[in-house]
Amino acid sequence: MSRQLLAIYNGHSADINAVPQLLINDFRDVIINKTNEGLRIASLFGMPQNNDIVKLIVVLADDRQGVLYLASTEVKENYQSLTPDCPQAHWFEREIAEQYGVLPLGHPWLKPIRFHNSYGKPDVWKRSHNGVKPGITDFFRVEGSEIHEVAVGPVHAGIIEPGHFRFQCNGENVLHLEISLGYQHRGIEQQMKGTPNNRLFQYMQTAAGDTTIGHSLTYCNILEALSGCSVPVRAQVLRGIAMEFERLANHTGDLGALAGDVGYLPTSSFCGRIRGDFLNMSAVLCGNRFSRNFLRAGGTAFDIETRHIEDLQKRLAAAFKDVENAADCLFTTPSVLSRFDDTGVLSKETAQALGIVGPAARACGLDYDSRYNFASGIYQFQQVPVATWHTGDVFARAYVRWLEIQHSVAFIQNQLNTLPSGAIAVEPKNISSNKIAVAMTEGWRGEICHTAITDSAGQLAHYKIVDPSFHNWMGLAVVLRNQQISDFPLCNKSFNLSYCGHDL
Amino acid sequence: MIKALIARIKQGYRTYPFPAKEPILPERFKGRPILHLDKCDTCRKCSDVCPAGAISFEKGKPVLDLGKCVFCGQCQKTCANGVIEFSKDYRLAATDRNDLLVTDKERKLAQALDKQSQRIFGRSLKLRQVSAGGCNACEADTNVLSTLVFDLGRFGVQFVASPRHADGILVTGPVTQNMKEALKKTYDAVPAPKFVIAVGACAISGGVFNGHPEVNNGVNDIKVDLYIPGCPPHPYTILDGLITFLGRR
Repeated sequence: MSRQLLAIYNGHSADINAVPQLLINDFRDVIINKTNEGLRIASLFGMPQNNDIVKLIVVLADDRQGVLYLASTEVKENYQSLTPDCPQAHWFEREIAEQYGVLPLGHPWLKPIRFHNSYGKPDVWKRSHNGVKPGITDFFRVEGSEIHEVAVGPVHAGIIEPGHFRFQCNGENVLHLEISLGYQHRGIEQQMKGTPNNRLFQYMQTAAGDTTIGHSLTYCNILEALSGCSVPVRAQVLRGIAMEFERLANHTGDLGALAGDVGYLPTSSFCGRIRGDFLNMSAVLCGNRFSRNFLRAGGTAFDIETRHIEDLQKRLAAAFKDVENAADCLFTTPSVLSRFDDTGVLSKETAQALGIVGPAARACGLDYDSRYNFASGIYQFQQVPVATWHTGDVFARAYVRWLEIQHSVAFIQNQLNTLPSGAIAVEPKNISSNKIAVAMTEGWRGEICHTAITDSAGQLAHYKIVDPSFHNWMGLAVVLRNQQISDFPLCNKSFNLSYCGHDL
Repeated sequence: MIKALIARIKQGYRTYPFPAKEPILPERFKGRPILHLDKCDTCRKCSDVCPAGAISFEKGKPVLDLGKCVFCGQCQKTCANGVIEFSKDYRLAATDRNDLLVTDKERKLAQALDKQSQRIFGRSLKLRQVSAGGCNACEADTNVLSTLVFDLGRFGVQFVASPRHADGILVTGPVTQNMKEALKKTYDAVPAPKFVIAVGACAISGGVFNGHPEVNNGVNDIKVDLYIPGCPPHPYTILDGLITFLGRR
């Protein structure tokens, strides 16, 4: 293994030259073998070199050992696709094909994912520059006299981000759902180059606005890894508190939305309000409900004082009492359970094959949680139990959220009671040249993985973001098979994936 | 059923008596910036640190564009003379784009609709929301207005599923190339007379994405009737903007 893969820990950096460069066949073999052994593809991306060559870099996550493995290869026009042997690579290979025009030969369903101009040479669909229109591609089609197609979006009925969904239906029964995204593409990754500055930080805060802490903390971890800076323990605790507030707000909102989707209004209206209470707790930290500008590289931008701690303790206890009450109503009402149970089932095997992460994976009994498996920051010292359930249905995805709400509240209470004294930030030094750094955090949706590569001048040369939604959209498509189309809102909400975090 | 009723009693009545009572905002909340121009020595450090390019200089004095500002507070932190100060004033909405340019302490609030429009829309305004590249923060804090704390419904404002049922559109996000057409089609589908409301720095100017080839720097092709700045605006900022616009405040 040592010859083929470079092992590094989460939040660490290595010399870019230490990443083994394999021949494409060896690169394929190692990914296929390792994913068969239970490792996951955390990131797989292309990086353009001179002379039309594209370097592919893979980050494999070994959850059992808590180690990340890196390898690279070089390709030109095409290579033998990984997807038939390793379905996890499906979305990644489509991304590489769209960005750099490298064709994965034998990819079973090669389509654009973001509908933008390729970076450099023409993409594999030979679309002309400035002629790319969103959603213009082949869609899987079922033929037959009793078959009909339902197309939804990009503008949906509610206040929700845009995406396009195509259902192939036989009556109410969905045979297949295809999801077409890209409408939110703002070109973030392409701009993440040069010397780290305020604007790059703002990009990370808005990569997925509901995951401000998740993405910006991962970015801070990258800069800290590249500059060899140690974050003071008080800042690590404050970061953990902000992270769990973010999780609490979103999970509570999701429970409310799931209740609303099955027409159970008490929990729906209670949780809509309690979610706001959690957002207001984030605002106690920094004045902004989405924790904007709370973090900075090297620590946090704000400290908290005794009166804030007391205020937060009071607010947290009150909100938890209310969310407990709301969840109790939800999970003991038979009409709710009959709609949640056995709806949108994702099997453990399928979840593993697709590389599903976050609460959606834990709801299938997979115990992946970066806070535990790849602990960084405060999670190295204070473990949060990994909440799993085994049924893989809407109930499981709702219930895992409720379990996580309870764990997060206990975690924050504990941290507020034992907040260490000291500084809240150190000044990070300049980032080192010719390095690669990987940082992984468990956002409320699941694993966020950023990879950065610096050039010889010590500037960011390449930045790759993987939002948990990137792994999970295919999971939603799969669970809709043989469901009623009327179950789509419920299934969709039970995943609650990010559009902008995917589109970037 | 009994359980739900007991829960209802436990959870209590939560609608905040806004606008009769002013909202309680967090201690660290950043609202409308105030410029103390007499203290400025034109060092331009504030505009250098601004991630959104919101600060320009006119006749040697800073002008802060609320339509671009992301309220990160870097300018306040950087300025040694204390020229820029973020107040707790949450009322930021404007009906004219130029009213978003802050030059000193004065504020120009949004203008209410004329009397005839108020008669038609003042008690019933249906909006279609379009997220055109928004990061889901503006969307979330617009959504939250329909929850029981803010209870947008009591002002007769409601978000509807179809543009055909709407009196106007509320846009968030920098209007990506990939959403440009969908936004235009949604706008065209709304029957006239119609309003356009731009919420958040992105929808007004492109925000931090201003200048990216992938975006259109906010709502440009159609006339905007109400601007609500922020990144994202606080729900009370949005609510205040909407009801001021409708002449309900």
